[in-house]
Amino acid sequence: MGVMSERRSRLKITRRQLLSAAAAVGAAASVPALMARSRPATGTQQGQVSRQWAMVIDLRKCEGCTTINKSPQCVAACQKTHHLPEGQQWIRVVTERDERGTFFRPIPCMQCENAPCVQVCPVGANYHDAGGVVLVDQNRCIGCRLCMAACPYDVRVFNWVQPPNPPGAALATYSPEFPLPHRKGTVSKCMLCAHRTAHGELPACAAGCPMKAIYLGDLVTDVATNGEEVVQLSTFLSENHATRYKSELGTHPRVYYIPGHGEAFGRRANP
Amino acid sequence: MNDAARLEAHLVGVVRRPPRWYPLAVAVLAGIAAWGFYAWTVQYRVGLGVTGLHNRVPWGFYIINFVFLIGISHAGTLVSAILRITGAEWRRPITRMAEVITVVALMTGAAMVVVDMGRPDRLLNLVRYGFGRLSSPIIWDVLSVSTYLVGSLIYLYIPLIPDLALLYERLDPNAPAWQRWLYRTLSMGWQGTPRQRARLERVLAIMAVLIIPIAVSVHTVVSYVFSMTLRVGWHSSIFGPYFVVGAIFSGIAGIIAAMAVFRRIYRLEAWITEDHFRKLGWLLLALNLIYLYFTFSEYLTIGYQPDEAEAALLQMLFSGAYGRLFWLVVIGGLVTPALLIILPSMRFLRRLATVPVLRPIPVAMAAASVAGSIVIFRVLGLPGPSAALPGWLSWEFLRWPLFGLGGVLVLSLIPVLQARLVTSLVIASLLINVGMWLKRYLIVVPSLNVAQTPIEAIAYHPTWVEWSILAGTFAGFALLYLIFSRVFPIISLWEVREAATADQPETSREGPSLAAEGGISP
Repeated sequence: MGVMSERRSRLKITRRQLLSAAAAVGAAASVPALMARSRPATGTQQGQVSRQWAMVIDLRKCEGCTTINKSPQCVAACQKTHHLPEGQQWIRVVTERDERGTFFRPIPCMQCENAPCVQVCPVGANYHDAGGVVLVDQNRCIGCRLCMAACPYDVRVFNWVQPPNPPGAALATYSPEFPLPHRKGTVSKCMLCAHRTAHGELPACAAGCPMKAIYLGDLVTDVATNGEEVVQLSTFLSENHATRYKSELGTHPRVYYIPGHGEAFGRRANP
Repeated sequence: MNDAARLEAHLVGVVRRPPRWYPLAVAVLAGIAAWGFYAWTVQYRVGLGVTGLHNRVPWGFYIINFVFLIGISHAGTLVSAILRITGAEWRRPITRMAEVITVVALMTGAAMVVVDMGRPDRLLNLVRYGFGRLSSPIIWDVLSVSTYLVGSLIYLYIPLIPDLALLYERLDPNAPAWQRWLYRTLSMGWQGTPRQRARLERVLAIMAVLIIPIAVSVHTVVSYVFSMTLRVGWHSSIFGPYFVVGAIFSGIAGIIAAMAVFRRIYRLEAWITEDHFRKLGWLLLALNLIYLYFTFSEYLTIGYQPDEAEAALLQMLFSGAYGRLFWLVVIGGLVTPALLIILPSMRFLRRLATVPVLRPIPVAMAAASVAGSIVIFRVLGLPGPSAALPGWLSWEFLRWPLFGLGGVLVLSLIPVLQARLVTSLVIASLLINVGMWLKRYLIVVPSLNVAQTPIEAIAYHPTWVEWSILAGTFAGFALLYLIFSRVFPIISLWEVREAATADQPETSREGPSLAAEGGISP
């Protein structure tokens, strides 16, 4: 029961938000700029609007949930949505240090366009869906863990034993977009909440972020939103000097970071 | 009766009436293998969580075993195929042993892949979906290793045919029916006619040529599983040849150890002579030096101008968590074996035996008693003289005389080993094989342990399941090898006979004979 309602919750509101946002930005922005940014759609599912998903994480707003004295809420929301076994994290928040001091970096799957995990999988269990999200088909995975060795972002986790399933998981129909019940001996990871974005919802981490630091973006319509504001993706990225994590590796991640130290909430980055 | 005929009688005797210890050895090895299998059933039931593996170090013993065993499998190719093609006559008594190592090592190595899988029940997915996934290095491995297994089975079987016909002919009339059936069926009507012989030689020549590139490809793609990732320490263009050289290196060490064992247990001293050990020893030395060179080149290139991750890896390897293991491998598994191989040739070292202090037995006794007291007082924690020692006479200080004593012991053993070529080489081979297993550990685990992102590093501690499967795998390896040597002749009889007939002047066609080179003369 909990599982099914989770899939549908907040459906209408967010879709309306996203669609109206798209219309507003589309009217405001110049058409040629949009055309230049957009990519050819790789496929349309059942009449849905074709998307190329991306994520923007504004590190100016991310203070590791230290100012509200909580554990990182994106992690908690993710674990709740996906009914993850204790200790398993599909997004994690790490502390890094740069010239200005320490900062927090939430690390979900980067949804690499040139994904090492997809390349090395011997059975095609890792694949890109039509929206460019890297999914894992745990009904096909043989558990060789080469993808874990190959992933430069350490985001893949393995079900070393049978993970506990939530009540009602048996009723859920397994799909790579909503991988429940959990499968022993297979690899899993963040899949950008494909089950939520398909219904126009933000991923659980973005919806759960109290600071609204996580944006879901679409490269086709060049729009991104954190559920509160809507921005033109390309402008947002370039004006704020967005970077991609380890972009030098050539994996072409779909996750962008806007550099920052949580200063939007008064956090001091003192070393 | 000439040498070849005596060898035939000797080995047919082994097949007709195996040695008395044989059933016991089979029982012990089968017991250990069964225990390993039991450990695997536990792992199958509960999941890979019963191992010491975790998300930060997802590969461990099984992948190391896989690389190690596939490496050992290169013994057969090199000794048999390369020596056959180059017409090295001395190879004849050792080709079969080498070819069997290849087949057995490939079987056990392939089993390691299944053991490592999280979902062994989905093994056939590799076939169902694999051919659409030619971009995956694992599919390269599957294709390459299975081709090599089929090829080396053929390459083992073809030269076995004349011997099978001989066995069928000489079998005890009271032998069980299955044995008669086995030899008759497998010998496929071999009668040794000139036409059959010509065809056999032809097929063998083709297979010997084919098997070499296949073998090279196998360890190349084994390395590609690592080097196709972006991991520090793995992402290296040298890995293909580095692994191939390492494989041939440990493969030759494997065949030397196997030769020593079979020579001893089946009393084959007359046919497997010191000369065989000496010649393989030179090959081993060559590969040893090439491997050292590759190792040096690899780490110098990483370490000369390292980035952060590379510096972290080298710190771990050279002085950190894996420092002791690394230097143990370099000193104990690469440098010491090289010295042991050349030791018998350094005749001037004999003079060490005349130095009065270097009598091995008293030195060994002294060293043993000192080591024994250290164990008693230090390791077992019994109260000892350490409590009463004056402050300056600490354990740290006592270390140096102990090292000195160890050095004297080594020096005293040099003249002993110097006079015993086979012992010296067998010790070198065992050191090499242990060292190469540990080297694979140092390739697999530390690179996984280098943090690619800020993440907590977790050490890898293998559990009883992994140790049991490790023991079971090697017991299974020895078991299959032993059973083969009891059911089939472990020396290629017809090839030895061929050399012996060629020895007689009127039929000499093939140049220098084995006996002339000291190969089979008792």
